[in-house]
Amino acid sequence: MRTPGILAAAALALAMGATSLVFAEPADEELVIDGEIEMQTRVEAAEDHPFDEVISGWHYRTEETRALEADSFANPGMLYVEEGEEIWNTVEGSQGKSCASCHDDAAESMAGVGASYPKWNEEAGKPFNIELQINACREQNMGAEPYKFDAPQQKALTTFIKHQSLGEPVDIDLEAGEMQSWWDRGEDLYYTRTGQLDLACATCHEGYNGQYIRADHLSQGNANGFPTYRLKQANMVSLHNRFRGCIRDTRAEFPDAFSDELMALEVYVTWRGEGLSVETPAVRQ
Amino acid sequence: MIEGLNRPFSVVVAVAAGILWTGAAGAQTAPDELDYSEYAIEASLTGEDGAVASGREIFADRSRGNCVACHVNSEMPEADFQGNVGPSIDGVGDRWQPEQLRAIVSDAKKIFGDQTIMPAFYSLDVGINVREDLKGKTILTAQEVEDVVAYLSTLKEEQ
Repeated sequence: MRTPGILAAAALALAMGATSLVFAEPADEELVIDGEIEMQTRVEAAEDHPFDEVISGWHYRTEETRALEADSFANPGMLYVEEGEEIWNTVEGSQGKSCASCHDDAAESMAGVGASYPKWNEEAGKPFNIELQINACREQNMGAEPYKFDAPQQKALTTFIKHQSLGEPVDIDLEAGEMQSWWDRGEDLYYTRTGQLDLACATCHEGYNGQYIRADHLSQGNANGFPTYRLKQANMVSLHNRFRGCIRDTRAEFPDAFSDELMALEVYVTWRGEGLSVETPAVRQ
Repeated sequence: MIEGLNRPFSVVVAVAAGILWTGAAGAQTAPDELDYSEYAIEASLTGEDGAVASGREIFADRSRGNCVACHVNSEMPEADFQGNVGPSIDGVGDRWQPEQLRAIVSDAKKIFGDQTIMPAFYSLDVGINVREDLKGKTILTAQEVEDVVAYLSTLKEEQ
């Protein structure tokens, strides 16, 4: 915790004559899914990382919510994994193909893939996330319509594909193509304050994670659990949906899903969570 | 809805010109006219006293002050989910003079520095891409700031 935000908080506490700040520390527990898959939810950060330790949002949730994620029978997000598996095997489009027609068994062909996205796409000249890759496959190989943003099928199939990397550490390739310049742009956006409330991603998730804003226990805002099952919405929530929701809450106009701004932000935010296990479908408040 | 959303266009022009606001509520000091050099704002933003009961409502109201989102306030136990991003508000009237509270509520960055998370409730110097319908508008009106300041000034623990 060596951020300007925390310094400001400390200065504020001193200025206000407070004797102590109450920190609600992330829960000190281990996430093992179904008693089998040991998840990396706290890892030492890389040297150039703003944190010393990278912590999964799982640690910031209540005991009940944490238990839901640890048991795949109880995890409501697993229904979407099953739905995604059906879509994987369903033929669609003019070419008479399903995902499985080319990629066979996702447990093998997609193992680890979700952990490496977003990934540079040379043809498009930009990073692709799983959703964009699915749409490219549908258009180019299946002769099917691309999914609209947050279509139920898009969320289910993305969840299914990322779930094939459950437990794998997030590790994206910033050397490929122009990934570094997208990372740079994402970093700029992360620290840019938006809206009438004048908040950047960093203001809350870097400066004040562990604290409460109303009923929300602020986490580090890592992306390793997305798409994530949100109890509040009783639905799967995509990463770009959450980005837009956060920016909207600053009382700002917010970018389109999969726009260059939000793809840059996805590259940067995913990098911040490197080393954490893919948790999809994570369960959050 | 927020009163400030209904300000006429002429008021926005007045802000740009840096002169006194003449809204429906009477003369108001424009946000960019405030002098923070002493870390305090001496005069009421409206020339009127604040109303304590109204200030208490604004403190809890999610669509206006929503102060309780970040501050614990034991004078208001009925407000759910009091946040702890900011310090407890208990006894804030002992620690600060009303003139200082007016400055903090209007633009905390002028008092605590640019890094503070606390939004500026009476400033147009805010983040980029402000929602279209809120452009040129402050979070609270001048009178709402006065009401909150009046309420905060009542929160005293020392007798």
